[in-house]
Amino acid sequence: MMETVSGPSVYLTIGLAAGVTYLLRIGGLMLAGRFPNSGRIKHFMDALPGTVLISLIAPGIASAGLCGGIGALMTATCAYRTGNLLLSMLAGVIPVAAMRYFGLAPG
Amino acid sequence: MVFTAMRKGFAANLPVAVSVLAYGSILGVLAAQKGITWLDLLVMNLSVFAGAAQFVMVDMWTPPLPVLEITLAVLAINIRYVLIAASLQPIFHGSSRLRKCLMMHLVADENWAITMAEYRKGPVSTYFLFGGGLCILFAWCSGTLAGHRLGAVVQKPEAYGLDFVFVAIFTGLLTSLWRGKKDLAPWLVAAGSAMLANWMLPGKWYIVIGGIAGGLVPLIHHPTGKPAAGGRSS
Repeated sequence: MMETVSGPSVYLTIGLAAGVTYLLRIGGLMLAGRFPNSGRIKHFMDALPGTVLISLIAPGIASAGLCGGIGALMTATCAYRTGNLLLSMLAGVIPVAAMRYFGLAPG
Repeated sequence: MVFTAMRKGFAANLPVAVSVLAYGSILGVLAAQKGITWLDLLVMNLSVFAGAAQFVMVDMWTPPLPVLEITLAVLAINIRYVLIAASLQPIFHGSSRLRKCLMMHLVADENWAITMAEYRKGPVSTYFLFGGGLCILFAWCSGTLAGHRLGAVVQKPEAYGLDFVFVAIFTGLLTSLWRGKKDLAPWLVAAGSAMLANWMLPGKWYIVIGGIAGGLVPLIHHPTGKPAAGGRSS
């Protein structure tokens, strides 16, 4: 039987993690509310959703290699043409899963 | 109205909820191996509610608990929420402080991205975001608890491309955020900076670095801050 952790340190750890995470979430919104919604800040803020989202996925696509690139391209094309998210997701995931199944891509 | 928007948000998040569930079950298995009780795991799900951070927490979960190290790791992984939350400002414009404080807790990558894509099509309610948050929370809790009590729902999610579901969903949503040619340079800079930062730095700093670097690009074209043609006003 491995040694397990119990007692107050469990709740201290979870509490601190939860507190830090919540402060980041609410802090970002409060901070954005203090900036004027005009000029250079507006240009920056308007670009933010796209630049954050592409930053979120770029390393993941790169690490999936050629198969990741093909999957992402299939999804993007399908999403652009149809606007259907579920269909677009399948258009990217199925080729990736198939390539891995047949050993054509690392998985 | 409130209920309709919440239901719409909940439904819009269902495709990605499938992979949230599968990955939750893996976290549940890992947590059980570490001797974390299902109740403690549920408390963690409800209070922290951040997937990547919880994986790192469980990974670092060895007696005696490295409380400070875990807190700092969570900070480094979740720092992206500052930008994610900041970008939600136009949607929360005019909302009461109480509503902001209650709803921001249920902001995850998934329901944020789906809400931003919806916002590009037209006005979107904060209840749409919140309904999506409930969907992700429900999938996350079900997945982790199922994994903890019964074992992983899927042993090797990569084999079925389930790891790519997140990438594919976010790629699909990204096309909705495309505002035309003016996004090309910011997005390329963002993607390049993110990959470079991911290679050089631990944690999830790459999201923040890529997001800010890309966001600064439009300022080169508009140093005076004059509104660009076709820019969305809110």
